[in-house]
Amino acid sequence: MKRHLISAGDLTRQDALLILDTADELARVSDRSIKKLPTLRGRTVVNLFFEDSTRTRISFEAAAKRLSADVINFSAKGSSVSKGESLKDTALTLQAMGADAVVIRHSASGAPHRLATWVDGSVVNAGDGTHEHPTQALLDAFTMRRRLGALDGRRITIVGDVLHSRVARSNVLLLNTLGAQVTLVAPPTLLPVTVDSWPCEVSYDLDAVLPKSDVIMMLRVQTERMNASYFPSAREYSRRYGLDRDRLAKMADDAIVMHPGPMNRGVEIAAEVADSARSTIVEQVANGVTIRMAVLYLLLGGETQ
Amino acid sequence: MSDARNAVRAVLEGPDINRALTRIAHEIIERTKGAGNIVLLGIPTRGATLAVRLGERIAQFEGVKVPVGSLDITMYRDDLRLRPARPLGRTELPADGVDDRTVVLVDDVLFSGRTVRAALDALNDVGRPKAVQLATLVDRGHRELPIRADYVGKNLPTAKSEQVKVFLEEIDGREAVVLIKGEEK
Repeated sequence: MKRHLISAGDLTRQDALLILDTADELARVSDRSIKKLPTLRGRTVVNLFFEDSTRTRISFEAAAKRLSADVINFSAKGSSVSKGESLKDTALTLQAMGADAVVIRHSASGAPHRLATWVDGSVVNAGDGTHEHPTQALLDAFTMRRRLGALDGRRITIVGDVLHSRVARSNVLLLNTLGAQVTLVAPPTLLPVTVDSWPCEVSYDLDAVLPKSDVIMMLRVQTERMNASYFPSAREYSRRYGLDRDRLAKMADDAIVMHPGPMNRGVEIAAEVADSARSTIVEQVANGVTIRMAVLYLLLGGETQ
Repeated sequence: MSDARNAVRAVLEGPDINRALTRIAHEIIERTKGAGNIVLLGIPTRGATLAVRLGERIAQFEGVKVPVGSLDITMYRDDLRLRPARPLGRTELPADGVDDRTVVLVDDVLFSGRTVRAALDALNDVGRPKAVQLATLVDRGHRELPIRADYVGKNLPTAKSEQVKVFLEEIDGREAVVLIKGEEK
């Protein structure tokens, strides 16, 4: 494996399967009464969050703590960043503190990549702008594999705001590596112009794709990034691209519904669908801790390269 | 590995391994007074297979069904930082756990004792056994820690540069313990 985890596209099939297999074993630790492992004792993991996040930050923190690493949480609010400190100076500060890994979330695409050139430790991308969110893709793949078995040949449909979604991009890359067939469904205004070059298919008709899918992954409508009118109204979006009870009924019997959270209930996903037995949304959160433990172990557990 | 320096010599063949395991099974039954309250925990990969075989033998000789499981020690190793991160083995504990039982750890080769040290730490995190014993197919010496085995299949004098490899039918498709001559360091 590479020293950093910046893009899901950096993972070879072998790397990806190693992470998933490691997570499978680590999941058993979560069932024990003592959930802690001594593996990363004496290592320091810095959570560097320039953008708001609940589940990802907590998930990385829990993962690092279960592996006995020391965790330093840094959020832009209340730090010197609000006094105008640059990313580079922040990075050099962390470097001086001896961070073995930096988990970074940033609103600018490419920030983790830049950071990796400034620090000696491993950099883990926890979401950068509209670019990538590799650990989310890994936990999604892990959740699918636990429900459906191997992903080779499985049909995965990702629905919604692909344009602003780092989750979608990372998922397309990783699922393709794992041998699944990915279809993106979105209004044309919410697809990136370069989507032709992605290893996936594109459709504008959710109802046609639904019955053929093993997994339906709904993306959040990112109102905070909606700086133009991408669709006429939330109601119209919901009617064409939302997952409601009627659409759920059209899906194959063993197909599952996923959502990376946070959800807009009633917009991209109906509340009763989100709470149904077919939905893996709560599982995804639990699996997030496990997969992040696997990533931190594989990046930091061995010799430092 | 055909040149003389890397000569491979079989120390135990299939029937020898079987006899050694049979004897260990009898010893476990004798020492634990009927094996009524024990748990066999194998250290992956080959220790786990040996634990299953010992469990079968004890059931055959004594008529008691002994809980068998595996205990992966990778996350507890003291040499993790010396090599790239390794894949994990499986930890599978019997449903009733290990509390207040005599745990017999099973490994294929006992060498420095560091694996067993890690196993004791791992065990500490999964419960509190009444006692812990150690069974090994081969004891090759060169201990670096104050650890000894309670049940030994074969004591095998070796040079530190040599390697001992155990092959088992379930994993390797053949049965043997071989000694591989290494280069003197």
